[in-house]
Amino acid sequence: MATPIETKLKDSVAAAGLALVLSIPFIGLHTISTDQGLVVESRWSWVAWAVGLVFIGRLLLGFARDALAARAASRPKKQAKPVVAGAPTLAARLTRAFMVAALLFAVTLPFMPYSDRYIIDLGTTVLIYILLALGLNVTVGLAGLLDLGFVAFYAIGAYSFALLSKFFGLDFWVCLPLSGLIAALFGAVLSLPILRLRGDYLAIVTLGFGEITRIVILNWQGLTGGPNGVSGIPRPGLFGLSFDRRPPEGMGSFHEVTGISFSGEHRLMFLYLIVLALVCLAVWVINRLRALPVGRAWEALREDEIACRSLGINPTASKVSAYAIGGMMGGFAGCFFAARQGFVSPESFGFIESALILAIVVLGGMGSQVGVVIAALFIVMLPELGREFADYRMIVFGLAMITIMVWRPGGLLSTRVPTVKLDQKGA
Amino acid sequence: MDASALGTFLQYLINGITLGAIYGLIAIGYTMVYGIIRMINFAHGEIYMIGAFVAVTTFSLLSALGIVAVPLALLLVLLVSIFFTAAYGWTVERVAYRPLRGAPKLAPLISAIGMSIFLQNYVMQTQGSRPKPLAPVMNGGISLWQGDGFTLSISYIQLFIIVLTFALMYGFTQLINRTALGRAQRACEQDRTMAGLLGINVDRTISLTFVMGAALAAVAGVLVTMYYGVIDFYIGFLAGMKAFTAAVLGGIGSLPGAMLGGLLIGLIEAFFTGYISGAYKDVASFSVLIAVLVFRPTGLLGRPDIEKV
Repeated sequence: MATPIETKLKDSVAAAGLALVLSIPFIGLHTISTDQGLVVESRWSWVAWAVGLVFIGRLLLGFARDALAARAASRPKKQAKPVVAGAPTLAARLTRAFMVAALLFAVTLPFMPYSDRYIIDLGTTVLIYILLALGLNVTVGLAGLLDLGFVAFYAIGAYSFALLSKFFGLDFWVCLPLSGLIAALFGAVLSLPILRLRGDYLAIVTLGFGEITRIVILNWQGLTGGPNGVSGIPRPGLFGLSFDRRPPEGMGSFHEVTGISFSGEHRLMFLYLIVLALVCLAVWVINRLRALPVGRAWEALREDEIACRSLGINPTASKVSAYAIGGMMGGFAGCFFAARQGFVSPESFGFIESALILAIVVLGGMGSQVGVVIAALFIVMLPELGREFADYRMIVFGLAMITIMVWRPGGLLSTRVPTVKLDQKGA
Repeated sequence: MDASALGTFLQYLINGITLGAIYGLIAIGYTMVYGIIRMINFAHGEIYMIGAFVAVTTFSLLSALGIVAVPLALLLVLLVSIFFTAAYGWTVERVAYRPLRGAPKLAPLISAIGMSIFLQNYVMQTQGSRPKPLAPVMNGGISLWQGDGFTLSISYIQLFIIVLTFALMYGFTQLINRTALGRAQRACEQDRTMAGLLGINVDRTISLTFVMGAALAAVAGVLVTMYYGVIDFYIGFLAGMKAFTAAVLGGIGSLPGAMLGGLLIGLIEAFFTGYISGAYKDVASFSVLIAVLVFRPTGLLGRPDIEKV
């Protein structure tokens, strides 16, 4: 039903009035530090712009809503089809096709003629976030346990590698499993005090865990180097072959052994392929786990904890394992991150990272792996696309997060379908 | 304990209560919003930051206009800051949270994080990223006790913060317990649908809850600006996190809990900084929180939630 134009105008005037009030103290006035203290300056033309934009924006929004409502009304209602356990639905087949296509695209990406340094680097970043989000997806999406401090595992993984290589001279391939194990151990330890907590209490405790990790790293100067971080982390090699122009003592170099002429891009491509392999491994492992009793227990726990207990599922074991597995993925991602950067510092592990990873999981539709991939692309690419407005991109990013949530509260792909489901008629 | 050690202890106590009072004011905003719509308003720390920025601008404007009499300037700053900050609080709810009522639980949380990112960068872009120093508004203090080579003192500003905060908390408790608005709020907390059926305007009540929370955060912002004399666009995150910890420690949803939690966090910080180390004070707060939650999963004064099957 379309609202009359008067209502729309009235709404827009109200919105513009509100924009006027809100913009006065921030857009209209600003303080500048001078020798005589703070001096207030005004820029009223900006306020006029802001008010005008809000007025027009609100008006357009009104029309857009009408148009959407009219389209929804004209479309025939779809009949819900019964779900049959076991039979692959169209959605499942599409998902599979998408995954295969995405994998093909991802594997061939670094070898494409249009791929330069920037694209491969960006691809690597996207894959790191996918790996992180897959890990958090186990805790939040599958087991339904909120975690606002996931970045802690990322940090623990990164510092595990950085410190193991610094003090014991271990290389990437030895540290990768170790980092995962250490992060998993921390995940298990973290989960112990919070077994009895629910929803929002979990939020603050996990947030606290993330902050505690960061503060300890920042202040334990003797071990972690504090704010200066750890540098000189060795790059991963391929079966003992280095990608440097001049390989370190005792190592062959990739370009000499293979006879391919040296290029700095080879290392980037190699790193990209490592993280791609890690992501594929994570997808595979998580999919296998979902079919095992422990995976089923996670999903049952997410749906109903009390029912879970009454069926004899041990919630303690399920929760501990969910945090441990999720943490392990975070640890892998962290280890890879350290190897890629060659340098780690506490700055990379702030709360905003946790928030981004959680945003990817929620945008992806909680528990859906395809969703995670799409959402990670979206979240990482969005600020990149806005490079031209470098200053304003985080403002736009925040607004985009709100808009997407308001537009699709269930995530971009809201498929929170349990792995097993009984047909209502067959039950 | 000799006199000087006792003096140091009392000094930390005063500092801790001052800090705790401010955290308590912010924590009330978290707890009220949580009580009524069961969501963590992650952007509440930014609302407090906005209050602090409005305060700095207003202080500067007033001194440019020649209004320097402290009581008058202070009153004006408080009113202006409360007005604008409340407007922001109202808008945040209207834009980012109201459309998500009834959505899956994590959707408003992500929306709130988005709002927090937006507000932080908005203030950074419009007001600049460098810290804003403000000339001290209130100077001097009272020395309460003079020992051998040691003075126990409370500055006027600390006194002002403590008195104003406790007056506000008292007034606020009365508002919730005695007035029609408070009754409407408590009704919405228990059962929103039923409250709506009984003629309470639920949307308006929720909006007012945000407005009140923002107003208290604005007061906290003004007080912090005066206390520390310097603010930047990033203060909201840390203060918000502390206040959130305070609200959970006291039992989220409980008004006296938020005040108690705020005081406890303030005291822990002051004593830990004083006796052990300033670098790890946040670790101490979180550790106390985790320890308390292990034994009382719903906080100190929170009601245990009973789950019906």
